[in-house]
Amino acid sequence: MNLIEVRKLNYSYPTKKNTLKNISFEVEEGSITCIVGENGSGKSTLIKCILGLIKGYTGEISKDTTIGYLPQKSAIQSSFPATIEEVVLSGTISRNVRSIFYKKDDKEVANEIMKKLRIYDIRKKSFSDLSGGQQQRVLIARSLCASKKLIILDEPTNGLDPSIAIQIYKLLSDLRKKEGLTVLMVSHDIERALKYADKVIEIKNGQISYEGQPSEYKLGGEKNV
Amino acid sequence: MFSTVVEMMSHVFIQRAILVGILVSLCAALLGVSLVLKRYSMIGDGLSHVGFGIMTVSSAIGVATPLYIAIPGVTVCAILLLKIGNSKKIKSDSSIALISSTALAIGVAVTSVTTGMNTDICNFMFGSILAMSKSDVMISVIVSIIVAILFIIYYRKLFAVTFDEEFAKASGLKSNRYTSLIAVLTALIIVVGMRMMGVMLISSIIIFPALTSMRVFKSFKSVVISSGAVSVISFLVGIYLAYIYNISTGATIVLVNLMLFILFSIIEKIIHE
Repeated sequence: MNLIEVRKLNYSYPTKKNTLKNISFEVEEGSITCIVGENGSGKSTLIKCILGLIKGYTGEISKDTTIGYLPQKSAIQSSFPATIEEVVLSGTISRNVRSIFYKKDDKEVANEIMKKLRIYDIRKKSFSDLSGGQQQRVLIARSLCASKKLIILDEPTNGLDPSIAIQIYKLLSDLRKKEGLTVLMVSHDIERALKYADKVIEIKNGQISYEGQPSEYKLGGEKNV
Repeated sequence: MFSTVVEMMSHVFIQRAILVGILVSLCAALLGVSLVLKRYSMIGDGLSHVGFGIMTVSSAIGVATPLYIAIPGVTVCAILLLKIGNSKKIKSDSSIALISSTALAIGVAVTSVTTGMNTDICNFMFGSILAMSKSDVMISVIVSIIVAILFIIYYRKLFAVTFDEEFAKASGLKSNRYTSLIAVLTALIIVVGMRMMGVMLISSIIIFPALTSMRVFKSFKSVVISSGAVSVISFLVGIYLAYIYNISTGATIVLVNLMLFILFSIIEKIIHE
């Protein structure tokens, strides 16, 4: 079963024509799909179209579930006064947008996810005091509060040490195996993406230049379309 | 000290100032946390200049309660500031400088050709607790209560939008709407607070309490609560010292805020060591 289906997607920024050209692919339930490609190739634009953050595209995007999202890190967060618990709990906001306060079940969902990701015991700690890897773990927990089924991550290992990046990939792989989580992620880190992904999609100049098994993807060489 | 406080409270104008001051300080501090974190600290300064321009023009044309004109005027400018700041052609700090200096220039020019730089204008610039009429107090109390209620209602959404706008948008929040809400509420507090604090000093009660609280507290909730407390304490200590030593109230409140900032910075150092 496919959780996301993208058909003949085209999008142009006002200043850049043909940012995305005729993109079609699907994301299967319980899989890890990695979108790779150079800077400016249109990877982040593609996931923003899927998330509904960008309007005005042509083509069709169908989603079978709610989506949890982990955007690229913003500069504000590094010194932001917030506890791990406050950050994770904010992920439940899409469940009860109209409610003034967090409901009991919001807190239960957040607690359950924090326990699974082994951050429950440090939930009162300040987010800004955590290491880069721990911060990403917290932000993954937040996106899981929005959806336990499907999360989209934009460069989750950016700026992390290779050993920490491996831990993030392992965490996502574990969540896929144990919880049946579906992951769609944008990554620069092609080497690790090939190791952990079930499917790789390469975007070049706004078009898909490769879609398929990681084992068949040729690094830096000829690509199969 | 107790007898001085009793003597202070026997004056009606001080009773009014304390009522308005507590509410305005509290609301300014609550909004200040989001503004400082979103790097919009200078919006308070810009809007106070706009408020000055509108108040002086209103006074010059003989409006009995300039607040009636200033509240909608500054609110419109707050939205305009965000719109210009979001455009790619002019950055947000430039748009604040552009609008605030223009409004200040209009205010000074109108004053020059009408009443001249009299005591009233000095009160606008540096604040005066004597300047508040009964109707000013009424408007200030109503506006402050509305601001406080809206802040509580939208607290968790304001947190989500301030911490991560992209995530908030993807979660279905209209983040631009909440950013506009912060700007509009700030505009309201600036207008009702500038009579007492003065155009030149009002932005400090938005920025100082948040920055002070962030020295020591590390959760959003505790920073918000501490900011409110720091702001109200600074106001009460400030107005007491201003009364005893006959100094400008606005300036004294800012200096008390500075003292608390230094104190909290020392506490932060001690905690880290």
